[in-house]
Formats: sequence, structure tokens, C-alpha cells
Amino acid sequence: MYALVAGGGKVGANVTRSLLRMGHEVTLVEQRRDRFEQLEAELGPTALLGDATEIHILELAGIARPPEIVLAVTGDDEDNIVISQIAKEGYAVPKAIARVNDPRNQQHFDLLGITQTVCATSGLLGLVEHEVPEHGLVKLLELRSEGLEVVELLVKGGAPVAGKRVAGISLPEGATLVSVMRNGVAELVRADTVVRPGDQVIAVLKPGVEEQLRRAVVG
Amino acid sequence: MGCGRVGSSVAKDLAAEGWDVTCVDEDEGALARLGEWRGGFVVGHGMDLDVLERAGAASADAAVVATDGDNSNIVIGQVLQRRYGLSCVVARILDPKRAAFFGSRGLRTVCPTQTAISTLSDVVRSCSAVPVGTDG
Repeated sequence: MYALVAGGGKVGANVTRSLLRMGHEVTLVEQRRDRFEQLEAELGPTALLGDATEIHILELAGIARPPEIVLAVTGDDEDNIVISQIAKEGYAVPKAIARVNDPRNQQHFDLLGITQTVCATSGLLGLVEHEVPEHGLVKLLELRSEGLEVVELLVKGGAPVAGKRVAGISLPEGATLVSVMRNGVAELVRADTVVRPGDQVIAVLKPGVEEQLRRAVVG
Repeated sequence: MGCGRVGSSVAKDLAAEGWDVTCVDEDEGALARLGEWRGGFVVGHGMDLDVLERAGAASADAAVVATDGDNSNIVIGQVLQRRYGLSCVVARILDPKRAAFFGSRGLRTVCPTQTAISTLSDVVRSCSAVPVGTDG
């Protein structure tokens, strides 16, 4: 596989090392000369000096082949959006994955059609929320472009669903319970599964019904 | 968006013609470029939706995006078009290739570099001097 990595900071450099170890062909573009020189000393011709938002530099890096994948992982969200747009829309790169530095910019990536993004901050926050569920609902997975979410809810004593059979629980339109985790073991939900206090319930839902689901399950 | 030399001059020209203009710049000091200014001024970055809202993006008739970053202008310009449905958006982009690329994808772009290249070449072409190596 041929991969083009834009941005040679910690993320870009480490991804490049891993891809090279896996036997893939990689070009890593870095615009800061000091960083580039270190990368070139380590990686040789894999490293390329230049601004990856310049079409001329992308062409030098082989964007026209095109690569199977472009990773836009600079520390600048505007740059990552522009690189991804040029790759996908200008050169028909099949897969462009972009790093989101500031989670507030996620909506710009979504709006401009960059569906595959990675945001370390949101990921970390998700993990923290998972440890300290503030409102009883934790997002496990968000398939934004597909319009589907997977969430986890903790059922406490006195919750609306505690002691009820799944068949008798009324949920908002667009939400389904899929699994109940009890004593560390997850079971798929059946109509006769009884939800007990202390259970962690996993639900699949359409975006926008989180709050209704939360009220229906944890109260 | 962007109240530097270009942005502030455009703002003053349009305001003088009777437009209701709001400027956005990260630097509060940019207000000084506007002289005696009766229009709006919002301090902040155009990537921040809150800033765009306060600047009136939802009700604007036109937007000029001229911050000092090409990529910021490209992203902000597209956000104004697609999120707020502004049909009249023009972005200043210094890199001719990027200006052409995003221009072909529906973002109206102005490239001062391309203008300079064309003008400089035209001036030379229009001089009466004959290029070296051509007859008569």
C-alpha cells in the first residue's frame, strides 16, 4: 500500500514508522526544516520537506498516483481539512483520514465531507466520561455519517427499567437495547431478559434521542 | 473576516457606499485600521462558530474572507457558504494553485499573486521593445 502522511510531528512520525515496519510505502511531508532534517536523518527519502497544503508539494509526494490512503495529521485543523479535500476531491484518493486538533472544529470537518476523523481530545474525554458517567449515559461509538450511535447506560436501583422485562420497556422511537452487562459478562438482550439494578445496558440509537433514552432507562 | 490592509479597506469602501459592515479579527488593535468606524467589530477567529454568529453570518448578504492564512480563508469561506447558505462569499487566496482548485469547486476566490503575475507579464508584453531573437 502507498500512504501519504502530511505532518511530521509525534503523530505523523510514529504512524509513518509503524506503516514502514508493516512493509508499506510511505511519504511523510513536513514543512518545518528542523523537524524535517531529523526525520530525513532517520527515514531517508521517505521524508519530504514542504507545505502539504500546496498542490505542488502534494504532487511531488505522489498524490497523483494516487495513494491508497492520505493521513492529514498536522497540528493545524484548517491545513488538515484542505489537505483532505484536495486529496479526495482533486485526486480521487479513496481514503483520507484527518486529525482533529480542536474538538470544536469537528463540525467543520463533517460539513466539508471529511467523514473519517480522529480526535485525541474527544477520545480522551470519552474515556474519562466512561469512568465517571455524569448523566448515566456514555457514548461508546459514534458513526456520524451513518447516523448511528452506540451508548452505555448504568441502571441504578429505582431506575424506570429496573426489574422490568425488556419486552415491557417503552423506549423512544429510534432506540433499541442490544446488550446487558452483568458482573462483567455481556449478554445479548432477548424479549424476556430482565434488567436489574447495577446492570450496564448497551443501546443502539439514532442521534438526537440520547436524552429521551436516558430518561426512559435511568430516569 | 480578517481586518488587515485588504479587509479593512474593503470594509471602509463598502461602508461608505451604505453597506452595514461588521469586521472580524483576532486582534482588537485591527480596529484602528478602520479609522472612525460606525460598523460592527467582533474579536475572534473565523473558525469559531460563535464568532461567526455574533458577526451576523446567518443574516449576511455577502462575506469577504481575507485573513492572513490561505487555508483559514478556504475553510471559513466554505463554512459560510454551506452552513449559512451565503451565496456571495469571496475568499482571498495567495497561492494560485489552491485558488484555482477551490475556485473550480464553487468557492469564489481572488488571488492577488495571480493578478500580479498577469499584470507584470502584460506590462512587459505591451512595451514597444521587441523580445530578443525576434525579427522586425
